Amino acid sequence: MQEEYLLSIKDVCKSFSGVKVLKNVCLNIKPGTIHSLMGENGAGKSTLMKCLFGIYKQDEGEFFFKGEPFNFTDPKHALENGVSMVHQELNQVTKRTITDNIWLGRYPTKGMFVDEKKMLKDTLDLFKRLNIHLDPRTRLDQLSVSQRQMVEIAKAVSYDAKIIVLDEPTSSLTSHEVEMLFDIMRVLKDGGVGIVYISHKMEEIFEVSDEVTILRDGFYIGTEKIEDLTMEKIVNMMVGRDLDDRFPQKDNEPGDIHMAVKNLSTKYPPFVHDVNFELRRGEILGVAGLVGAGRTEMLEAIFGARTLTSGEIHIDGKKIDNSTPHKSINNKFALLTEERRETGLYPIADITFNSCISNISSYKNKMGFLVDKQMKEDTDLQIKNMRIKTPNRREKIRSLSGGNQQKVIIGRWLLTNPDILLLDEPTRGIDVGAKYEIYQLIINLAKSGKSIIVVSSEMPELLGITNRIMVMSNGYVAGTVNTEETTQTEIFNLSTKFLNNSREAEV
Amino acid sequence: MISSESNIQKNLFKKSREEWKELLVNNAIIIVIFAIILFIVISEPSFVSIAVFRNILTQSAVRLILAYGVAGIIILQGTDLSLGRMVGFAAVVSGSLLQRADYANRFYPDMEALPLIVPLLIAIIVCVVFSAINGFVVAKFHIHPFLATMGMMITLYGILSIYFASGAPGPQPIGGFDDRYTQLVIGSTLGIPNLVIIAALISVFIWILWNKTTFGKNMYAVGGNPEAAKVSGVNVMVTFLLVYTLAGVMYGIGGFLEAARIGSANNGTGFGYELDAIAACVVGGISFSGGIGKVSGAVAGVLMFTIISYGMTFIGMDQYFQYIIKGIIIVAAVSLDTKKYLKKS
Repeated sequence: MQEEYLLSIKDVCKSFSGVKVLKNVCLNIKPGTIHSLMGENGAGKSTLMKCLFGIYKQDEGEFFFKGEPFNFTDPKHALENGVSMVHQELNQVTKRTITDNIWLGRYPTKGMFVDEKKMLKDTLDLFKRLNIHLDPRTRLDQLSVSQRQMVEIAKAVSYDAKIIVLDEPTSSLTSHEVEMLFDIMRVLKDGGVGIVYISHKMEEIFEVSDEVTILRDGFYIGTEKIEDLTMEKIVNMMVGRDLDDRFPQKDNEPGDIHMAVKNLSTKYPPFVHDVNFELRRGEILGVAGLVGAGRTEMLEAIFGARTLTSGEIHIDGKKIDNSTPHKSINNKFALLTEERRETGLYPIADITFNSCISNISSYKNKMGFLVDKQMKEDTDLQIKNMRIKTPNRREKIRSLSGGNQQKVIIGRWLLTNPDILLLDEPTRGIDVGAKYEIYQLIINLAKSGKSIIVVSSEMPELLGITNRIMVMSNGYVAGTVNTEETTQTEIFNLSTKFLNNSREAEV
Repeated sequence: MISSESNIQKNLFKKSREEWKELLVNNAIIIVIFAIILFIVISEPSFVSIAVFRNILTQSAVRLILAYGVAGIIILQGTDLSLGRMVGFAAVVSGSLLQRADYANRFYPDMEALPLIVPLLIAIIVCVVFSAINGFVVAKFHIHPFLATMGMMITLYGILSIYFASGAPGPQPIGGFDDRYTQLVIGSTLGIPNLVIIAALISVFIWILWNKTTFGKNMYAVGGNPEAAKVSGVNVMVTFLLVYTLAGVMYGIGGFLEAARIGSANNGTGFGYELDAIAACVVGGISFSGGIGKVSGAVAGVLMFTIISYGMTFIGMDQYFQYIIKGIIIVAAVSLDTKKYLKKS
């Protein structure tokens, strides 16, 4: 019976300080299949994977690999036995070349020296098999995230992996890159590899998986063939309640013109060229585009975090000076950054600190000292308003889930009482339930008269919550469309508009 | 990658003035250094001569060897403040074991003449032991290398001074070196100073080690991203120990050479050398953020500093002025280098 499965996880239980986070979880992976593992954040997906890779030791339950029981001691041990994981946060030596990274820890040697020729040849063979077109001598910091991800997958394949776990590989990829990733996954699948695919994106799950296993609150909910599933059914299994719509009612009403951006161009790459647009009061403007289209850079340029060669920003018809982030904050702008962990969080600080830090000078008393009481009150208010799930405001922010961290950061910016919110991928890495809450929050903010720009790589999200969508392509604005009247195809076509006209296209 | 390159090219033609300014800023440090050299040459044209060239290379030799030692540690995101004291220890040990038989104030009055290799090996072993302890402490207890090596620097000064005072004549500078020793270090072969030959051989050795061996690649990987190296099966602890051991070897050789080059050694020998070596590495582009650095960078950094300090002394510039210029160069070099990577602001 077990022989049919490549990998079989049986009744795994795991507790942390008395709290059971995995309760009799099972997972069975057949060879040559793509098996999606789904569940809200905190459902136990990553804990299960950590048990599999030996980072945690399970309290009960067993793992079988090709019918044999096993227990890995660490990720290296698993890797050598054909079980590998490509993490969401890529763990690579970016200052070294592709070959150096793939063969790291097991360089082929000829006598005393590393056999560079063999390494290069092996890498090319590997890339050929996987249909990857990259020069193996390129340094990783010259590659895009998706290219680096492919390198990481190639590395897993080079270990002759029979099971590859992909942890949210598409969270920062554009649709085109996602297709390339899926092609590689299908090549591997045809080669008999079992793929565990962890993702929150429904469309992709339906496109690529053969089977789906769903966890909820540490419980094993079920495994189904993809043919037997619908989106509603998956959501029901995941959240245990009905979400008739993935997006809340969009009932904000854009007013008069609030902000006008004129001839915005950046001095340093990645470039933004001559961006012009207007944002209405209470409007939610989406920004679509491929990775590298300059969306993040455009937000940073507006916020004064990039050097400009030209550009003016007008608020209510009056020109303002946003040349530094500090000035922008004074002009009532707020920027929610894309990389939450890198540029948004103070992970070892508590919620109070993380909530109040951007607005810290307003908590000073006449003597110039900070008033704790005011900060505590404001933090508690944000926790309540935003429904942040935490025991108290003294909790360190790193112990919260991704969705709750994001809420704290949005709350931080709201405490500065901004008029214009620039949100860069506000729901990245956040589960379905929390996403809905963030969407509701964004719409409520717009209703209260704040003007919002949302950059997102998730097309349904842009279509679901924005009023208009501006599409960027290769640093230029390719066009602006009304959300009600547009289609995914139109947006996609716009996003590739300037790729062919110039020689600057990404290879 | 291709997009940014062609962008730069395109923009070079489009708004060349803007881009030329950029080019100037990016290479400012080299331009400034050449300007200083030009200034030196104009004020004293005799600066351009074989003799000066020779002196500069000779003076760079020991510094370069020491720079290689600390460069490996910098590539591992570290630093080594104990370098100077290790060099001092190696110098005192080598000197105390290699004094002329007829010299009056001998450290070991009754010792037979040793083969040169013995004191050299002892100097290397002493430095390797202390440096490996640094490496172990940093890798095992995750103590910041600044603090770990600062502790070592202070401890070493104590041990060195006790050893220095324990000789027959008491705490007096050690001199009167064996002719073979002096000759090896300050002599020439086929007209080329031996120090230069030694430094060149060591440069080739280090280049091969860094670029062509598993050890070298592991060093860059651990320095670039220790976590990634670890999950790929690189033994991080062993890599640390090897890099610090190699540093110890370099300090041992450097100290051995330095005693004979100066002609004497005491417990203050080598003091401050760590800062010279670190500064040369940093100006040569060996980044404190780890994972980046080349042999050519160390060579360039050391040569620049030697040329400038030798040249400024050559034209009779006040020594305190030289400090001001060197200090500014270090900070300027690093901030400009950082700017190349931070294209944002």
